[in-house]
Amino acid sequence: MSAAFPQAEQQNELEDIEIALLLEGLYRYYGFDFREYSPASLKRRIIERMRAEKIETVSRYQERVLHDAACMERLLLGLSVHVTSMFRDPEFYLTFRRKVVPILKTYPTVRVWHAGCSTGEEVYSMAILLQEEGLYRKSLIYATDISHEVLRKAKEGIFPLASMQEYTSNYMKAGGTREFSDYYTAHYDNVIFHPSLKTNVVFAEHNLATDGSFNEFHVILCRNVMIYFNKALQERVHNLVYESLSMFGIFGLGNKESLKFTPREGFYEQLDDRDKLYRKVR
Amino acid sequence: MSFEIVVIGASYGGLSALQMLLADLSPEFPLPLVIVQHRRKDADDGLCEYLRKRSRLPLIEPNDKEKLEPGHVYLAPRDYHLLIEKSIFALSTESPVAFARPSIDVLFESAAAIYHERVIGVILTGANSDGARGLAKIKAFGGLTVVQDPKSAESPAMPEAAIQMTAVDCILPLPQIAPFLNERCHPIQRLLHAR
Repeated sequence: MSAAFPQAEQQNELEDIEIALLLEGLYRYYGFDFREYSPASLKRRIIERMRAEKIETVSRYQERVLHDAACMERLLLGLSVHVTSMFRDPEFYLTFRRKVVPILKTYPTVRVWHAGCSTGEEVYSMAILLQEEGLYRKSLIYATDISHEVLRKAKEGIFPLASMQEYTSNYMKAGGTREFSDYYTAHYDNVIFHPSLKTNVVFAEHNLATDGSFNEFHVILCRNVMIYFNKALQERVHNLVYESLSMFGIFGLGNKESLKFTPREGFYEQLDDRDKLYRKVR
Repeated sequence: MSFEIVVIGASYGGLSALQMLLADLSPEFPLPLVIVQHRRKDADDGLCEYLRKRSRLPLIEPNDKEKLEPGHVYLAPRDYHLLIEKSIFALSTESPVAFARPSIDVLFESAAAIYHERVIGVILTGANSDGARGLAKIKAFGGLTVVQDPKSAESPAMPEAAIQMTAVDCILPLPQIAPFLNERCHPIQRLLHAR
């Protein structure tokens, strides 16, 4: 350790040790395993939550989290919310319509898994797309996340009215064929999406870090979820996805994620040069 | 102590500032150089293409967990925060910080936490105060802090906010920033300036 700026370095090192202890406690007592999460953003979020609880050090925060389940739930929520939008990266959904929908139309039933669905923006986007393509009635969407609270929000289907301008623009760029406002009812500052969009959606708790495969799917979407994991945990999830996909099943990743250098790289074909849609071929 | 990384933050007016800075960087520039330029989240890939054509060093938007390579320029992708871990990038879609995603503060703070005093942080033109906290963190770890002279900035607010928060090491007019980086990061100069 350099002696020139000991204060910042010591505080940084101490926080890293305290966070490792907090994660160990969270795992051993509550069973939630964040030990293989990507450290930089995890640390940011823990410190952010800690400040929101008006606690000064991670060690004191650990005490609260271990002795107060409600405090743990708030931490879990803070660690599982990804701030996303409906039809995020509209080109992805456009390519899905053009290249995946024709394949799905040949199947008698379609099972979709949204792994790490957070507050559900992308689940409702997919439900709308499948409805417009005449696929929804024969589809079943499993939307999973680790946090009970996040799933409760996803199930509600309530989003801020202020976001609708952006979502409408995304929807149109994503190849939407109707008026986006047909899908929701505005109520003060929020909108509620029509319940018909979730009749074929099952919301369930599932932890990508510790749980196994639970069904075989034709489509698995796991977009901008693994960016929160380190390489070792990413490999685990790539294996889990591979095992859970039917042959010729479709796997969708976020725009800045890649199958390159993962153990399953050679088992898929990329469907499109640009968008991260892959088809399992062996 | 020699430097291992350069991080740059720019907002309003950044396009022409970055263009000049990249054009003047040595083709033998030995460090990875990472840029956050604020832009709309529905922007197309035009910025990356535009800057790539004007950079003598290879310029890309990194994928998650991609390795940092010396002599490469990395541009934070739109609508993600870009963080640095041990010699790799990590992306995140956490909430915007001070309305920005990517956030300059997030990049700078993560770089300081990994590279300590071996970071050079540069704040360029911009109409908000993003980057001021991040630059303060780089300074706290003993890194080198550089700010574009507000008088030479298309929008002075961001450089001014950084100067106000931190006793920065160098305030330079834009045309002098690339030559300064070339000199301080040159292998021989790095020895001469060793502290």
